[in-house]
Amino acid sequence: MTSSVSEVSVLGTANQRDAYLKGLAQTVQAAVPENLGLEEVRSRAASFLNEQTFPSTRQEDWRFTDLSAMLAIDFATAGEFSVTEADIAELRLPETAGAQVVVVNGRVNRELSQLGGLPEGAVVGSLGDRSELQSQLSDRLTQASGSHEVFTALNTVGFQDAVVVWLPRNLVVETPLQIIYLSQAGEKPLVAQPRCLVVAESGSALTLVEDFWGDSTAAHFTNAVTELWLDANAQVSHSRIEREGAGTFHIGKTVVTQARDSQYIGVAAGFGAKLARHNWEIYQTGEQTTTKIYGLGAISATQHADTHSLVALSHPHGMVEQEHKAIVDGKAHSVFNGRMAVAQKAQLTNASQLNRNLLLSDTARVDTKPQLEIVADNVKCAHGATVSQLQSDEIFYLQSRGISAPQAQRLLIYAFAMEILEKIPVETLRSRLAEAIVQWT
Amino acid sequence: MALTPAPLPRGEGSRKNQSKTQNFIAQEHGGRCPPYERTMINENSEIILSVRDLRATVDGTEILKGLNLEVRAGEIHAIMGLNGSGKSTFSKVLAGHPDYEVTAGEIQFKGQDLLELDPHDRATAGIFLAFQYPLEIPGVSNRDFLRVAFNAHRKARDEDEIDVFDFDDLIEEKLDVVKMDASFLDRSVNEGFSGGEKKRNEILQMALLEPALSILDETDSGLDIDALKTVAGGVNQLANADNAVVLITHYQRLLDYIIPDFVHVMADGRIITTGGKDLAKQLESRGYEWVLEEFRAGVTA
Repeated sequence: MTSSVSEVSVLGTANQRDAYLKGLAQTVQAAVPENLGLEEVRSRAASFLNEQTFPSTRQEDWRFTDLSAMLAIDFATAGEFSVTEADIAELRLPETAGAQVVVVNGRVNRELSQLGGLPEGAVVGSLGDRSELQSQLSDRLTQASGSHEVFTALNTVGFQDAVVVWLPRNLVVETPLQIIYLSQAGEKPLVAQPRCLVVAESGSALTLVEDFWGDSTAAHFTNAVTELWLDANAQVSHSRIEREGAGTFHIGKTVVTQARDSQYIGVAAGFGAKLARHNWEIYQTGEQTTTKIYGLGAISATQHADTHSLVALSHPHGMVEQEHKAIVDGKAHSVFNGRMAVAQKAQLTNASQLNRNLLLSDTARVDTKPQLEIVADNVKCAHGATVSQLQSDEIFYLQSRGISAPQAQRLLIYAFAMEILEKIPVETLRSRLAEAIVQWT
Repeated sequence: MALTPAPLPRGEGSRKNQSKTQNFIAQEHGGRCPPYERTMINENSEIILSVRDLRATVDGTEILKGLNLEVRAGEIHAIMGLNGSGKSTFSKVLAGHPDYEVTAGEIQFKGQDLLELDPHDRATAGIFLAFQYPLEIPGVSNRDFLRVAFNAHRKARDEDEIDVFDFDDLIEEKLDVVKMDASFLDRSVNEGFSGGEKKRNEILQMALLEPALSILDETDSGLDIDALKTVAGGVNQLANADNAVVLITHYQRLLDYIIPDFVHVMADGRIITTGGKDLAKQLESRGYEWVLEEFRAGVTA
């Protein structure tokens, strides 16, 4: 016991954290394939990263999320993995047949991906297969705001492949697109860096499901970045599901850039991982954008789940609706930081943010921080945060109708979760997650 | 009308005294036929609820201080009283609310010791409490809630659960009782319902679960006349010779629509007077003070 305490304190020093980040950067850089190009953005990210340190809880952004357990783990990059249909069959959704990309430890698996159901003109596939897009890509890939952040830069210097989704003007893709990100354990702890770029050109529409999945309890580090670009009047509905294995550190970035009149509806549900952090950033670049983001976390035992969201508005007539919910059991710890920045020019913004937390045990913990930065003077911004346990009056009401107390609790937890899950537009995914919640309670 | 204040319901004598009071009331109403042709009072009918010397506390404060009540099949009882008299506490104690602790006395429900039962077992045994403030349960559709509750009752009777389709047929039939639109079934339980809609939803549950004893806790409070008529109509339709209803109310107005066989006045945690429906009218016109005075006089005499 004594040795492990001193070990952590030594590993936690600034020098140790600097060295750890540099080592991690070198590891992922060494595994970059040569044919992807992107040398310039990678080298810029590398210089940025060089000045960074591995985050500690002394930084405000990481105050409640302690990554120091990672410092004791020497992550290696993943090589080729033999994955069979059996590994992912149960993740395929019937609605997405013919529009499924399978990514294993950050690399697109061409054999398991099925893309025959996409309409003509839609570009979906591995970056390695899309050299013709090189010139267009450079304006988009890695160019989103908020890229100057340590884990995003780490991904940029070292991603081995990327999923590229490019919809030309006015293309409406009826079939939802599913990206399955599989975390496969190896002999050593692995770092995988999935990367995804979605460009929805003007007037196009897409339903996207990102499914991060792993079932190993081995130590694993997923550092994922997804950039979505919604050009004028584009519409994207995005469901991001994180169900990583119990030994996984999952750090994910979703950055959405919304041009005028575009609509982004996002649902992020996180149930897995040992420690999960989702940085969800939305940047408005034109007026009258609609942004609806819904989050759900359901964690237990010693799990840790952290959502940091940012909605940055800089143009008038924006509409933002955000609801984030967490169900926290055991000794789990849920963190929510919801920042909304409404700049001077973002007049007539109509924004609301609600964070609701349900504690199922006396040892569960929630830290929540709504953070509204409003400069514009003619806006509506509502926000609220609640932390509560299951209400005994609600349970009694159900009991008084013949429903036993444990059944009443399950029903209430299910209901709490379903208010978010019902926003998922793909029915099979919605019902599978609902079933997962029932099993979980 | 002559009024006989109930003697202090205490100790051995209380049961005898109370039954004397009830005999008196029964005689008084003997020749009269309540509206809706209800002639259900039958001294030989089954005793559904028997409460003896009930004492209960909440947070250490005693609220019920020796309450006695007997309810037979086919009867409608009204319990009236000022705020704080213990009416609502009594209803919650009957349903088994965990905040209330029974410190003395007993409750027999159809021959069972009610206090031994968990709240959900009381419900499946046939006790139904219509809440004064029905709770909103966001995310649970009314249809699912009603089906789960209905199936819990079936399971308790060792019957197979009913499937979604059969249940839909059943519940749509019950909607008529409270004149509810089927669209209510697909909304979250009570969420965004008006006060009247919530109370109608309670009566819908009562219609579905067919309890032996329904306790309506201030179901009339805050209702407009139309909603009150609908709710009362539902209760009248559901009341029959095999079940019983206890109405807890502040207001006499409800009793114009649901005619009680007995009216009890509660004060300071017990029933101090029992009479017929005219007692409610007197309370409405004269207030409670005279009852309390007569009660005090009886105590000191």
